[in-house]
Amino acid sequence: MTSIRIDQNLTSELLAKAKRKGATAADAVAVEGDAASVQVRLSVVDKLSKAQEKRLGLRVYLGQRSAGASTSDLSPASLDELVETTCALAQAVVEDPSAGLPDPAALAKERPDLDLYDSQTVPMDRMIELATRAEKAALAVDSRLTNSEGADFSAFGGRTVFANSHGFYGEYQSSSFSCAVAPIAVQDGLMQRDYWYAVGRKLNRLDSPEAVGQEAGRRTVRRLGARKIATCRVPVVFEPEIAGSFLGNLCSAVNGYAIYKGASYLVGRLGERIAPDLVTVYDDGRMPGGLGSKPFDGEGLPTRKNVVVERGILRSYLLDTYAARKLGLASTGSASRSVGEASSVGATNFYLTPGTATPDEIICSVKRGLYVTELIGFGINMVTGDYSRGAVGFWIENGELAYPVEEITIAGNLKDMWMGVEAIGNDLVFSGRIVSPTVKIAAMTVAGE
Amino acid sequence: MSETEKFYLERFGVTDRELLAAMGRVKVRDVDYADLYFEHTVDESISMEESLVKRASKSVSQGVGVRATAGEKTGYAYSDEITLRQLEQAADTARYIARSPAGAGSVPAIRVGRPGQDLYPVTVPATEVATPEKVALLERIDQVARAYDPRIKNVMASFTTEYKIVLIANSEGELVGDVQPLSRLQVTCIAEGNGQRQVGSFGGGGRGEYTFFLENNRWERYAKEAARQAVLNLRAVDTPAGPMVVVLGSGWPGILLHEAIGHGLEADFNRKKTSAFTDRIGEVVASELCTIVDDGTLPFRRGSLNVDDEGTTTSRTVLIEKGILKGYMTDKLNARLMSIPLTGNGRRESFQCIPMPRMTNTFMLPGESTPAEIIRSVKRGLYAVYFGGGQVDITNGKFVFSASEAYLIEDGQVTTPVKGATLIGSGPEILKKVSMVGNDLQLDEGIGTCGKDGQSVPVGVGLPTTRVDEITVGGTQA
Repeated sequence: MTSIRIDQNLTSELLAKAKRKGATAADAVAVEGDAASVQVRLSVVDKLSKAQEKRLGLRVYLGQRSAGASTSDLSPASLDELVETTCALAQAVVEDPSAGLPDPAALAKERPDLDLYDSQTVPMDRMIELATRAEKAALAVDSRLTNSEGADFSAFGGRTVFANSHGFYGEYQSSSFSCAVAPIAVQDGLMQRDYWYAVGRKLNRLDSPEAVGQEAGRRTVRRLGARKIATCRVPVVFEPEIAGSFLGNLCSAVNGYAIYKGASYLVGRLGERIAPDLVTVYDDGRMPGGLGSKPFDGEGLPTRKNVVVERGILRSYLLDTYAARKLGLASTGSASRSVGEASSVGATNFYLTPGTATPDEIICSVKRGLYVTELIGFGINMVTGDYSRGAVGFWIENGELAYPVEEITIAGNLKDMWMGVEAIGNDLVFSGRIVSPTVKIAAMTVAGE
Repeated sequence: MSETEKFYLERFGVTDRELLAAMGRVKVRDVDYADLYFEHTVDESISMEESLVKRASKSVSQGVGVRATAGEKTGYAYSDEITLRQLEQAADTARYIARSPAGAGSVPAIRVGRPGQDLYPVTVPATEVATPEKVALLERIDQVARAYDPRIKNVMASFTTEYKIVLIANSEGELVGDVQPLSRLQVTCIAEGNGQRQVGSFGGGGRGEYTFFLENNRWERYAKEAARQAVLNLRAVDTPAGPMVVVLGSGWPGILLHEAIGHGLEADFNRKKTSAFTDRIGEVVASELCTIVDDGTLPFRRGSLNVDDEGTTTSRTVLIEKGILKGYMTDKLNARLMSIPLTGNGRRESFQCIPMPRMTNTFMLPGESTPAEIIRSVKRGLYAVYFGGGQVDITNGKFVFSASEAYLIEDGQVTTPVKGATLIGSGPEILKKVSMVGNDLQLDEGIGTCGKDGQSVPVGVGLPTTRVDEITVGGTQA
């Protein structure tokens, strides 16, 4: 078997094959890339991993019937089989009036360079050195940091190709580099772990391993001596990582698929107030160098900057062509398509716009309350908005972080939590695809002793 | 050679001689152990919503992962392409860990190992059952769920099945293959009433044939259960917040064991001394009513395997016996480094992943009490019978799991349904608070997927009805 190049010839041929087998329309997505990662633990290399990936997915339409299939075997015989399989599957499902490719006129015409690729490769030895430095810096923060789950450094570079039978062909390269460390602190025989990380598309713009390590060390050691607190109802402040997770729940709730299925608490709320004036949320697919940026979406439509919530009013769901047709709306350029998965809707760079208060000012505004630094569990009901999760953080007493707390839960309903947003920090950092500054919520139920 | 080994060797044009050569290339002087993991998986998924079966997909994934271990170090490389050149490149990357000079290492001749058990013989894999038959089943599920109650407004159902063929060759000369079918049928219903909307979800599966879902009308029960939960939740009231007596129903609530103690007893965390259970073998970690095992040898179970993903025959491992911590679950690397028994728990999601110690089917053995006695014993508490997911921080031992169907217990009677809530506790402490264990052990229906280090593997759990004297309940009623 020889290596097969993923290019326009390959996709054109594949789409032509599909048409010969009776497909009225089709599209194809392919990804290839090289990934490498190292894990260092207590300054010794623990794991090295290297990978080459190449996969291709096909979706065919037989009129209003459609199905998808994918393979990692790109030989001509395998691609013939892929076409056969996909067409046979499509014959087995029922007609869906909303199925189909987007309107050809709507397809992306430009291919903006969004600065998503860094051609630098990082030799294994260099990755080991960077991870080692991050872990050393973490453990140097405090003498109680005596163990570690390890430090990781990873690099990925690859190419995404998308083509459809309307004649669209597009491809782009992207890369990502990340450094993470998870130290462990011990005191009185009890252990605590936390972590910190940096991730970005450019190697040279990544935070230094020392900065990552120091933050990981600081976050871990401050958890020592954590205790339970009594059950109460108090204001809750989410640090940015946790506010990002809270914002991620909003992102799931505005997903067009959840909306048309009736599986979101935001069904039928378009144009209505869902949060106070200070809340504005964007999803921006065109942010240069953004971790979620891409020149066109998963079905070839141009990406763009969508206003999701504007000064508290729900302005838009996130939609691909299918979800948009189901709801009688237009696509927001939010199709997400990965090889081997059904097409869906995904966030690009989804963020809550920052406010003016510093995180300290927000904490200072709380007389008695909870500052949350970690959440665990999956206790969220997207249909009702009911929310109940395990939490770790700090008790706030008279505007100051008094002591660490654990083995508690915070509970409420997402509708009330968003309406109860009282303050938004000025500390937004684009460290992921869904990010938020510090957020303060008026009140939640904290369950403890 | 068995059929499986032939299938691979022929399919990829890799001969046993080439396999040996690749192994020699990776098993250089300072490499303790090396293995090659070949995988070919067919996945099929069919789903229904709004009474229309409108999505179907199939994927074929194949590749090889090459691993070398030297001391505590692991080198790994994988490729989607199974060619001699890729094998050699992967071998070179994997052995980089050992920093040994290149050169043919000596490896023993290959002898074919066979799984010592045949836990999931399948004549017709579910992937081979005609798609229209599965489409028809999903349509019947829609009808049954909607007929259950007029308040059911949407039904979503999906059938997913995979057929995985693996071949594992190692530097000890073993070559073992296994065919691992796995299917799951899942139903979710949305009900509307009293001006609100609610959701219910139920499903099951395992490593058997497609007919499993037809036997005893399982599909019909899944549909009705999902509908029942959705409608029930329409009248659920706010859940109390704070510590309560909690009675866990039998079966799926065994997720408690998975989170509270299971992960903490995986050997890697204990070797690295990052688990709250580190160095606690022989100590009391549960009430003497608790005996907990991990058993990968249960026929057709979702968490079962003939051999784990390192080729080790799976087994039944006693984790806790009458409250005493007995043992950890191991893979080859950790069993060797810790000098403890190999339990056949070395698992990986796919050829793209490094194996590590993982659970199979984890459950508590039955006790003496009847479920009715247990409920009657509670003056005020929570009866939790169905759960969503759970999670644990293995280092401080704190874990959560989220109830999706629960009721209040008042004066020994199960009364009002309450809204879903997260329960939180401490792994090393929670089982000490078990005061009654039922005689009604059940395993779950076969829906569990466990995530660790970004790798998902199918698992099972089980529990008899169990009374826990105190768990913090994360309700909203302070």
